[in-house]
Amino acid sequence: MPELRRYWPIAAAAVVFRLALVLFPGDLNLGSRPEVATPLSSLRRLAEGYWLKQSSLSPYAGSMYHGSPLLLPILGPLIANRTEGRPMYFYCSFLFVIVDFISAILIRATGRKLFISNQQNNKSLKLPGKINLAKENAGDVASLIYLWNPLTIVTCLGSCTTPIDNLMVILTIYGACSGVAPLAAFGYVMATHLSLYPAILIIPVVLLLGHGPDAPPSKLFERNIRPFSWKPIIYFVVWTLIWTCHVFLLCSISLKGVGGLHEMFRKTYGFTLKVEDLSPNIGVLWYFFAEVFEFFRDFFLIVFHVNILFMLLPLAIRLKHRPCFLAFVYIAIVAMLKSYPSVGDSALYLGLLGLFASELADMQFSFFLFFGYIGVTLLSPVMHNLWIWRGTGNSNFYFATGLAYACLQTVLVVESVSSMLKHDRMLKKLVSV
Amino acid sequence: MGGEGTRMRRRGEAGEARERGEARVGGGDHVRGGEVRGNIGESCGNIGARWNEILCSLFHGERFTSRPLTGEGVMASHTFLSLLVLYLYSFHLARPIHCSVGSNGFDTTSVLKEEFSEELLLKPLPDYKVLAHFHFTSTSPPSSSNGKHHHLFPKSIAQLVKKYKIRELELSFTQGRWNYDRWGASDPLSTANGKPPGVELWALFDIPTKEEIDATWRNLTHSLSGLFCASINFLESPTSYSAPLWGFLPNNGDLRYGALPREAICTENLTPWLKLLPCRDKAGIASLLDRPSIYRGHYHSQRLKLRSDGLNGIVIEQTLSVVLQPIDRTSWSMHQLFKKSLTGKCALAKSSKVFLEIEGSLVSQNENILELVGEADMVTNDQHDHSTIYQYNVERYSEHEALDIRVNWKKLLQVSFLQAPLHASRFLMGSGNERGSIAISLQSARNSTKGLYDNSKNCFTRVVIFQVVPWYVKVYYHTLRIYVDGAIRNTKDVVEKINVTPSEDKVSPGTLEMMLQFPCGMMSAALTLDFDKGFLHIDEYPPDANQGFDIPSALVSFPDFISRRIYPDSISSPLLQSYKGRNIVKSYTEVLLVPLTTPDFSMPYNVITFTCTVLALYFGSMVNVLRRRVSEEERLAKSKDKRRPGLIPLLISKISNKVRGIKEDSANQSQSSQPILGPKVVFKVVLIALIAVLGHYFLNTS
Repeated sequence: MPELRRYWPIAAAAVVFRLALVLFPGDLNLGSRPEVATPLSSLRRLAEGYWLKQSSLSPYAGSMYHGSPLLLPILGPLIANRTEGRPMYFYCSFLFVIVDFISAILIRATGRKLFISNQQNNKSLKLPGKINLAKENAGDVASLIYLWNPLTIVTCLGSCTTPIDNLMVILTIYGACSGVAPLAAFGYVMATHLSLYPAILIIPVVLLLGHGPDAPPSKLFERNIRPFSWKPIIYFVVWTLIWTCHVFLLCSISLKGVGGLHEMFRKTYGFTLKVEDLSPNIGVLWYFFAEVFEFFRDFFLIVFHVNILFMLLPLAIRLKHRPCFLAFVYIAIVAMLKSYPSVGDSALYLGLLGLFASELADMQFSFFLFFGYIGVTLLSPVMHNLWIWRGTGNSNFYFATGLAYACLQTVLVVESVSSMLKHDRMLKKLVSV
Repeated sequence: MGGEGTRMRRRGEAGEARERGEARVGGGDHVRGGEVRGNIGESCGNIGARWNEILCSLFHGERFTSRPLTGEGVMASHTFLSLLVLYLYSFHLARPIHCSVGSNGFDTTSVLKEEFSEELLLKPLPDYKVLAHFHFTSTSPPSSSNGKHHHLFPKSIAQLVKKYKIRELELSFTQGRWNYDRWGASDPLSTANGKPPGVELWALFDIPTKEEIDATWRNLTHSLSGLFCASINFLESPTSYSAPLWGFLPNNGDLRYGALPREAICTENLTPWLKLLPCRDKAGIASLLDRPSIYRGHYHSQRLKLRSDGLNGIVIEQTLSVVLQPIDRTSWSMHQLFKKSLTGKCALAKSSKVFLEIEGSLVSQNENILELVGEADMVTNDQHDHSTIYQYNVERYSEHEALDIRVNWKKLLQVSFLQAPLHASRFLMGSGNERGSIAISLQSARNSTKGLYDNSKNCFTRVVIFQVVPWYVKVYYHTLRIYVDGAIRNTKDVVEKINVTPSEDKVSPGTLEMMLQFPCGMMSAALTLDFDKGFLHIDEYPPDANQGFDIPSALVSFPDFISRRIYPDSISSPLLQSYKGRNIVKSYTEVLLVPLTTPDFSMPYNVITFTCTVLALYFGSMVNVLRRRVSEEERLAKSKDKRRPGLIPLLISKISNKVRGIKEDSANQSQSSQPILGPKVVFKVVLIALIAVLGHYFLNTS
């Protein structure tokens, strides 16, 4: 299997770079950046929830903590032990460096699985010689993109729980790609439990388990070499039920006597769906709901959430032969339309984008997108500073960067889907010639 | 301009609430006027009411109104004999009137009666200001023979107590801040009078369940809002009141506490308050309340405190404390302060007294600092010689000889009155509109409370802090840090007891009750709490959004320190009686002003359209990409190619034709331009216009 030369040194350098930033943080204070830590993922709020739980109150008392109760016993002690002379959340940042590294390794492994299946498919279609096929493993590239992406680094150091959410999503995709139903089910249940939106990944996961990894459209094959198998899906459903029961059991033990599961659903999923917190973030919904007339609030809440669901089926129909790519598209759409988006969500789909580097090689607007992302990530803190800290700017300035960011993500998603379809068309042409 | 806007809006709503409140209480205010006038007659027995009225008004020196005169006229038209009988009968009636109104000695035959007493306490303050403390007490026995009716007691309050099952209630309107440093902090007067700026209301209810208490509180705020013409109804919303368990007053969860720090206090609040007095401000001590003089003061606090139990019935204390600055710093008199003179007591009052309290620190240091002009009826000291009281009985004075106490400062001296063990102040830290910290600093005032401390290791001062924070100030309670003498301390060592009710967004405020233990030798302590500032919906901002939001005062109390002064029993005065109670020393901190970020208030339409455009862009382009069938498009393009040249060659040929001046398809154009105003088109236009006119006509007529 072709491997990227010097993969390990570059990956190790990324880890060392993170560790260096953890140990010598300077005056970054990334945890307070609204682009990095959202009300759902902020470690500061988690610390408050842990404190409330320690003082025998419900962690959801008040409106501070909205995360999972399972994170409290894991991350809480790490946060509460504040050592003098060390930066805040020192141990947590260590943990997140490890989590990031595991995510990168999993992306790499997923890439390998995709690469192997790609090669097999190309052989069965007798494509080699007709087009320039990718020689190197896309997984290595994607993994390095994930590790060296400034957005990932910022998220890792930004004292928020997004790296764990991302790890669970990647775990789901990896488990489904390699056909390990229990692992996929675990990742799926945990990811859904932590941030609700990955629930829509059920479609790509089922397709992955049933059909196997991405392949050209099945019409191109002379005989159906990839029959849909129900067995792993049944396994997956059973395991999902098992893991769900586990999670609920643990949650109810953790919240025993202080609220219970009903309050947990209200404060985590309800908080996500109702967009109760109007503090600014990189998305557009906070300003929309701060300004929209109270009368229309429910209507627009439905519109925005249904917008995510609307595209699921059409995309699944057009891209059913490429479930991995479908998962990427879903994740990107969610990152754009979710109620409290952060750059950590973008880091995830940008990392996954690397997996399809050879298929999306002739994507349009890549130059525009690249500099668009750079421009927005530079302008957004400036506008935030002008508005909040200096008082010379206006909320509209910051909102404009959010709008631009949403537009960029729209273009990215639409263009990647379009070029993937174009790639399939090209394959079709080559096969039929 | 913005401020005015808020005030107007608030007033408007208060007015609305007032109507509602009055409707609930049952228009008690309107009834009262008649009651006051009639009550003496009733107290003398219910016979011959009209004659009694004449006699009473004779006793009070009031003018005859036309009504009794015509009554007399009617009587005079009767026979001489009947007149004589009535005359004799009225002599018989005159005795009880004399007893109940004329003297202090109370009729012993009636066991429990409604009582009213009025008192004024003047106190020179060390910075040459004067504290005038008006104190009116009305009591109503638990079971009255009069049923629902009252003689002296305000009916609206009695109805309030009965309807809402109030055990205890205190409402205060305050403008300015009590200067604990200079005006004293640990004597009973300042402990009771130091109130947070704005409106503060707390009440204890006699109701078992929490939900019922909350519902009753809501009704109570509306009623009080109507009674006192203030925006107390804003305390109705659960985001503005809290239920402290022990930080404010130990209770079983039946206490509700709310404060409106920005409420402005003025005459419209004073007038309804005076309405509760039997003589209003027409006679007696209340007649000194000249509006321009009392509102010029540095501090103004108007209170209503009521207690109700089965034993004593309902007791209301109405107090008004004003700190005035005499024009001449070294010498002042009552007349100079109030621009009015005290010419007599309110005839309905059981007792009417004026006290002058001279703090011990002013007397003991040098006898000659102060000089009093005027002769007091009685002079006493309290048990520990903290102060001297000069008592003047108002009934001795009349229009010819008004009571005018005059005080001359002989020597300018800077002293300060009894201090609280720790001086508390609160401030905000941090900049920007995203987050900040609240800090409470406690400075020891040891020199003033010598002897209370020993520096042994086992000596601790206990401090209770009670603070209510609105929900948009999102406090992180885990960031509580306590500094003692500049060094950070482990919170577990200092905090003895803590009770936190975290704020819930748009539902309830955050309440912090904390009991701290500081070593006695401590010089200063500080507490900090970090918070994030919330972002509100545009409708939730007040009209002057950029002014900021107020956090109500925190209460710092010292449970080990009792402020009480015990005077000899020879002085029978409700005011001095209240000094005997075991009141905990407490002080309120400053109100904090937190500026919050504002969104652009003019933007809703723009934001909606922009956001929806982006969503439409995403949705449209995605649908476009997904439904495109390229092979079909190519076929279509090929078939088009056969018929027509491409777009660009067509354009080029057109432009080249224009340049050459050849009119292409000129015949076609003229053909197509002709029928623009053809008869068909004209007919259609006329038809549509006709339909529109008819439709409009029918719609308007219907």
